[in-house]
Amino acid sequence: MTIGLENYLVLAAILFSIGLYGALSKRNAVAVLMSIEIMLNAVNVTLVAFSRFVTSPVLTGQIFAIFVITVAAAAAAVALAVIIVIYRSRETVDVEDIDLLRG
Amino acid sequence: MSGAGIVIAFWVLAITSVGSALAVVWVRDIFRAALFLVLCFASVAGLYITLNADFLAAVQILIYAGAISILLIFAIMLTRDTRSAGRSTYLRNPAFLIALLLFITLLFAVLNTDWQAVAQVGTEPSTTAIAQLLFDKTKGFVLPFEIASVLLLVAMIGAIALVKED
Repeated sequence: MTIGLENYLVLAAILFSIGLYGALSKRNAVAVLMSIEIMLNAVNVTLVAFSRFVTSPVLTGQIFAIFVITVAAAAAAVALAVIIVIYRSRETVDVEDIDLLRG
Repeated sequence: MSGAGIVIAFWVLAITSVGSALAVVWVRDIFRAALFLVLCFASVAGLYITLNADFLAAVQILIYAGAISILLIFAIMLTRDTRSAGRSTYLRNPAFLIALLLFITLLFAVLNTDWQAVAQVGTEPSTTAIAQLLFDKTKGFVLPFEIASVLLLVAMIGAIALVKED
């Protein structure tokens, strides 16, 4: 029995779907952010798997994964700052209560 | 990739990562969900090792399992919200349906594509190769690298400016 590209791609698809379900169904804004981090991890697994199995001597997929990690770290920092500011002014992090822009 | 150790490692890491990701979504206490998220990040780092990506595994441990988890746990501690803890939005059932449909579509696409997989793979450490490709004079990624550093600086200043009380 060998582990091939399809194993990693199916695993990443499972992780991405779990993250999508969490991002859409959670009420706590921090939990939504955690689910988005799971989705980004799933994408990184696909990128590294492609760089290992398809473009093997060239490591461009790993470099893409490094950039994804960088942008995800920046996004997490700003998103958590926004969540803390909202909690300070409205005493809640429930995404259904944060509807200031609703027309 | 056919060594017995790699096969066992892959299945253990796959079950751990999927199980802890499910726990992140299902557990009602958000603090425990964050701890399961750390487990998920660590097992993804193990998956990188099975893919010969040793540098990325170290980066994953340092940034995801270290820095981002600390940030998330700090945010959870600072915003103790007992009312919305563990509850779902009214989108719960549609979200499950959408995620299931997306998974079936992805599974269909993955299993029906003829991937041009190459046979031979290098097993040498990837750090030097990544650095050479990243900073190559002609086809490197020097400009994206510099833009990423500016992006990190902007995000850091922005986060401090947002949270600063005045």
